[in-house]
Amino acid sequence: MARAILFDSTQCVGCKACEEACATKWGNPYDEKVAAEERVSSHKLTAVRTFGEHYSRKLCMHCLEPSCASVCPVGALEKTALGPVVYDESKCMGCRYCMVACPFQVPSYEWDSRLPRVKKCDGCFERQSKGQPTACTEACPTGATICGDREELIAEARKRIAENPGQYYNHIYGLEEVGGTSVLMLSAVPFEQIGMPGGLPKDALPERTWAVLSHIPDVAGLGAVLLGGVYWITHRRDEVAKAERAEASKEKENVR
Amino acid sequence: MTGTVRLPRITFWRTVFWFIMAAAVYATYVRFVDGLGSSTNLSDEFPWGIWIGFDVLCGVALAAGGFTLAATVHIFNIEKYKPIVRPAILTAFLGYLLVVVALMFDLGRPYRIWHPLIMWNPHSVMFEVGWCVTLYSTVLSLEFAPVVFERFGWRTPLRYVKAIMIPLVIAGVILSTLHQSSLGTLYLILPTKLHALWYSPMLPVMFFVSAIALGLAMTIFESWHSSRAFGRHLELPLLSSLGRVLAVLMLFYLCLRFLDLGKRGVLNLLTVGSIETYLFGLEIALLLTPTFLLFWPRVRQSPLALYLSAVMVVLGMIVNRLNVSITGMERGSGVSYIPAWTEVAVTLGIIAAGFAIFRLAVQHLPIFEEEEKDEPVSAPVYQMAGALGD
Ligand code: SF4
Ligand code: SF4
Repeated sequence: MARAILFDSTQCVGCKACEEACATKWGNPYDEKVAAEERVSSHKLTAVRTFGEHYSRKLCMHCLEPSCASVCPVGALEKTALGPVVYDESKCMGCRYCMVACPFQVPSYEWDSRLPRVKKCDGCFERQSKGQPTACTEACPTGATICGDREELIAEARKRIAENPGQYYNHIYGLEEVGGTSVLMLSAVPFEQIGMPGGLPKDALPERTWAVLSHIPDVAGLGAVLLGGVYWITHRRDEVAKAERAEASKEKENVR
Repeated sequence: MTGTVRLPRITFWRTVFWFIMAAAVYATYVRFVDGLGSSTNLSDEFPWGIWIGFDVLCGVALAAGGFTLAATVHIFNIEKYKPIVRPAILTAFLGYLLVVVALMFDLGRPYRIWHPLIMWNPHSVMFEVGWCVTLYSTVLSLEFAPVVFERFGWRTPLRYVKAIMIPLVIAGVILSTLHQSSLGTLYLILPTKLHALWYSPMLPVMFFVSAIALGLAMTIFESWHSSRAFGRHLELPLLSSLGRVLAVLMLFYLCLRFLDLGKRGVLNLLTVGSIETYLFGLEIALLLTPTFLLFWPRVRQSPLALYLSAVMVVLGMIVNRLNVSITGMERGSGVSYIPAWTEVAVTLGIIAAGFAIFRLAVQHLPIFEEEEKDEPVSAPVYQMAGALGD
């Protein structure tokens, strides 16, 4: 059973209770100054952002086929069967390819640390594996953020749109974006207007890389055979020439 | 120090060299004591700067002459290029060492640079590049080993290395093909970030083809400089024919680029007056001009014209790599990035160190085979090497 989060922007009142709960869970400082920062960073793993009268949450989308996990050379990031994408700090060497690759620009880096780590929402993996809701879900007073089984949340989102078509923009964000995500969103307005990247392809991005990488054994094998062949041909010519020369000189000697 | 009075030109370069080195040392201090935040202009939105875009991407591509020439001579058996194989391999070997040095600056936790060797993720391009670069550096050190063995007269190891040279060269060519193209593959996962003028499913092929061209251009570039600095005679007929190969390869590469733009239907982007268009124009101008020039026999026969054409190819390819890794990524990332002085200082320091080590190696090892060690070395060269090296 894969878990997911449903964030319904139409129900969000911008109270930022989720931000505070998240900061508490991670042991990050939280005060008015931090609350005013409308971006995720290494000390703020989810941010409530204001777009006129609409609010939206930024957090790791926990992609079904996450770019970050696919590009990490040491496998420090991993998509769990439970749903969350988790990070193993002890493996990470700090190449930051995950940050470059994430289509939602989520992972942050501890730039000012001498031994920096990547920081991102881990979907409260520990809590969820114990059957508890994520910290942000628990804190949300209006039910704008809920968590549960992904399929059930999709059904719930469809139901909300169907029951109140006037209130919603007819799209479940995260259903198909980059192959689907474990964070789903609903909104009254197009998602670009609440800060979500628009025009994302529907295919899982790691597949584009894999389409090339999977050919490596072929390239290596074919290359070895080809180069070996070329070597054999080009040097064979030399050897033949040498042999002929030897032959010729022998004949000369015989004549003498 | 005494020589400097008589040779003001050397004093100038010596001053520049030590100035760069001093700045680089201080930048290194800032980097490792205060961290990446203080020493770079990188951010969560723009996590890769010139240490990746220039030092790594350009560094690896500039070193491509090593595998190209090794294959030409040892596999394709085109013996006439033999005199320039060693300098090319030396450049490649140095190039890769310096790329690793640059990585040590860029990685957040450089002491874990070996992690990919035991923590595998075959779906990661970076993992593959890591392995290829490690293996290829080993291959290069073995390809270069005969030079050292010869210098010290170690016959037995020399025999062993020479015995496995052909499989080594083949392995080197395959590893290079893989990681040169993979540096392009790195960007395949960024269709929403990399500007459409550069994002293409063909990136791996283009990176590979351009790396070969760049390798050839670098060989011309180096031979010219070595001939001047060391008073050696220039293998002009050799370099001219290399220039012709380069021209054909460049034409192929440029056709590929434009066919790809056409096929993806983004040629109309060229009429948009954006910074990306201008930098694309600069890149193409730098690549197209030498391509035309090199098709002209008179250019290929003139050492200076040949050299300048090679320089343009090198510059054009550098602009290309920077466009892919930096310019082309800025709009998609929603931020602009200008490197911090510390980033520039480290990069310049690495380049300067590369030049100095190259000089020292040429000085003390039999790199240019025909002109063996006994050749008396002219005084200015000693001073230059001394100025740069010790
Ligand atoms: S949103 Fe970004 S960080 Fe989160 S799982 Fe997807 S790719 Fe990874
Ligand atoms: S920064 Fe760490 S987690 Fe991210 S890709 Fe590199 S090694 Fe993996």
